[in-house]
Amino acid sequence: MDSGIPMEHFLVLAALLFGIGLFGVLARKNAIAVLMGIELMLNAVNINFLAFAREWGGGMAGTVFVVFVIAVAAAEAAVALSIIIAIHRRFKSANVDEVDHLKN
Amino acid sequence: MIEWAWWIPVLPALSFAVILLLTRRSKALSAVISILTMAVCFAMSLGVLFELFQMAPENRKLVVPGGGIPWVEIKPFLITVGALIDPLSVNMLCVVTFISLLVQVYSLGYMRDDERFSTFFAYLSLFSASMLTLVVSPNYVQIFMAWELVGLSSYLLIGFWYFKDSAANACKKAFIVNRFADLLFLIGVITIGMTFQTFDFSLVDGVVKQGLANGSLSSGFVAGLALLLFSGAMGKSGQFPFHIWLPDAMEGPTPVSALIHAATMVTAGVYLIARTFTLFTADPLSMTVVAYTGAFTALFAATIALAQDDIKRVLAFSTLSQLGYMVLALGVGGYTAGMFHLTTHAFFKALLFLGAGSVIHSVHTNDIWEMGGLWPKMKATGWTFLIACLAISGIAPFAGFWSKDEIFVAVEQSRIPGHGLLLTAAVFTAFLTAFYMFRLFFVVFMGPRKKAAHGSTGGDSHGEPHESPLNMVLPLSILGFFSVVAGLVNAPGINAYSRFLYFGSEPEIGVFHFGLAGVSTLAAVAGIILAGAFYWKHLLSPAAWAEKHKGLYTLLKNKYYIDEIWAWLVENVLFKLATAFAWFDKRVVDGGMVDGAGWVTRRVGSMVRKTQTGQVQQYALVVFAMVAVLYFVLSFGF
Repeated sequence: MDSGIPMEHFLVLAALLFGIGLFGVLARKNAIAVLMGIELMLNAVNINFLAFAREWGGGMAGTVFVVFVIAVAAAEAAVALSIIIAIHRRFKSANVDEVDHLKN
Repeated sequence: MIEWAWWIPVLPALSFAVILLLTRRSKALSAVISILTMAVCFAMSLGVLFELFQMAPENRKLVVPGGGIPWVEIKPFLITVGALIDPLSVNMLCVVTFISLLVQVYSLGYMRDDERFSTFFAYLSLFSASMLTLVVSPNYVQIFMAWELVGLSSYLLIGFWYFKDSAANACKKAFIVNRFADLLFLIGVITIGMTFQTFDFSLVDGVVKQGLANGSLSSGFVAGLALLLFSGAMGKSGQFPFHIWLPDAMEGPTPVSALIHAATMVTAGVYLIARTFTLFTADPLSMTVVAYTGAFTALFAATIALAQDDIKRVLAFSTLSQLGYMVLALGVGGYTAGMFHLTTHAFFKALLFLGAGSVIHSVHTNDIWEMGGLWPKMKATGWTFLIACLAISGIAPFAGFWSKDEIFVAVEQSRIPGHGLLLTAAVFTAFLTAFYMFRLFFVVFMGPRKKAAHGSTGGDSHGEPHESPLNMVLPLSILGFFSVVAGLVNAPGINAYSRFLYFGSEPEIGVFHFGLAGVSTLAAVAGIILAGAFYWKHLLSPAAWAEKHKGLYTLLKNKYYIDEIWAWLVENVLFKLATAFAWFDKRVVDGGMVDGAGWVTRRVGSMVRKTQTGQVQQYALVVFAMVAVLYFVLSFGF
């Protein structure tokens, strides 16, 4: 491919997306919002991989890795959602702050 | 026979187990097992003695089985269990098994009506096993173990009638006083082991002799060790001030008093000194302490015996006094004399106690002032008791004369500072001994038959005192015989005993010292005559004398208040110290250290626990924060 957008632009984008996702994971009260943050982080990492793959070649390794991450993210989202549903059934709330029964 | 000698202590132990576990309900069976066992042991002891005689003197020392069975092997210590066979231990084997056998036969009659008859024989067997183990011990560890076992047996036997408060107190007192004295003994044993890297008697003796010869070992140090061992001997053999348990031990049945507190257990201390004599003779200091302790105890106990009214108490103090003689003998280097007196004393003291038992059995009281006029009614007891009194007073040719005389000679010839004083004390004690023994004889057997305070004249259902049955009279007669002839084995000209049992490489054959013999006989005869004047012919009045010297009499009667002094010491010194240590243990060790460790852990835990909030987002925050820190550390390396 010919060099279009410089690689750094992609990395910065990925970093920003990762940061937003991290914020979501650490600071949102709603469990689903936390999940969304996780998905964002995963996708940010994907962008990183692709950016490096485009720049430095290395065969199909980078792309294949990205496909893996997408698949795993999907599976993990399914599992995480079922856990949230179970918690909601138990605690009647999706607020992560209230699920502190392992406290002390 | 010598290879089987180790069975001698084992058989009575088996007898003990069998009686307690299997035959307790059958009085006859228990007695048979116990007595048969002891008869076999006695026969074996004689066999060993005979075989030892056949051996050349240099060879008369071996340990069976096969040098001892290795028991504890921790480099460099090898502690064995076994039986050391040499003239000293064989002497004790014969004495212990013989007296034990006679006492057990006597108990057939004396304890016949007791409910716990079988248990009594079991305990007697246990005692015999322990004592026999003690006298054949080849090392300090085995002797210490046997020592404590003997103490246990004594406890069980003194407190045989445990439902009596006095007996319960007496057996506790005996055990505790002995335990207390044995503390120093134990320290001595441990020090010996640590210093010489072995516990074996022969090896320790060898190392000590070498060390003293080439100067690497200080004689004062060895004397210190000897004195630590002597503490144990003082407890067991009733030397002042650890004598207090022996008079109280008379609470036990009379056969027990005869066996344990006259002939055998109390002689264990004397035996210990003889066995470890190499350590004692290293330095004059230990010898002097031993000699003076012995002489003092002999005199001290004899004075107390003058004022006692209980027949067994008189004999108890007499035993203390004679033990003092034995200890004195060893202290002045009279190894053979001391052991010879131990042997003859075993005969006539056991006889005296068994005779007393016979009297008590007949008149149902221990108080000599409730007795009297028993001679015509109890001929066998009377005659044998008389023989024993003559023997203990040292009248020739009875047994006691020869052994006491040898002690006097040993004292006279010794180089201990002040041995003249020791000799005077010893001779004066002989005078007192003759006096109080014949006081006992005249009051109990002579004079009119008294009516007891509670109105009966005692005796059996006929109301009359009578001679005891054959199983009690037979041992009396046998012991009577030996009290007459036993001394002759070492008469001048024969000297068989001195040639058999001696310390060092050469026997020392003493010359007969007519002067000393004369003086001691004079003292004894004077004592007898004076006793006769007071208590038989009533030319002098004991009551008037007691009135005139009231202070002295009260002092003697109350045993110089030594028991009260000990009680005060225990209450005010020992218990106070113990309370202080208990406080320290409770508040500092238990409270500060143990509880404290727990308390600190819990406090820290409750603080650290607060970081576990249960909120997953917080945990995630910590993780990512650390990642950031890690990044900085790795790139800029603080």
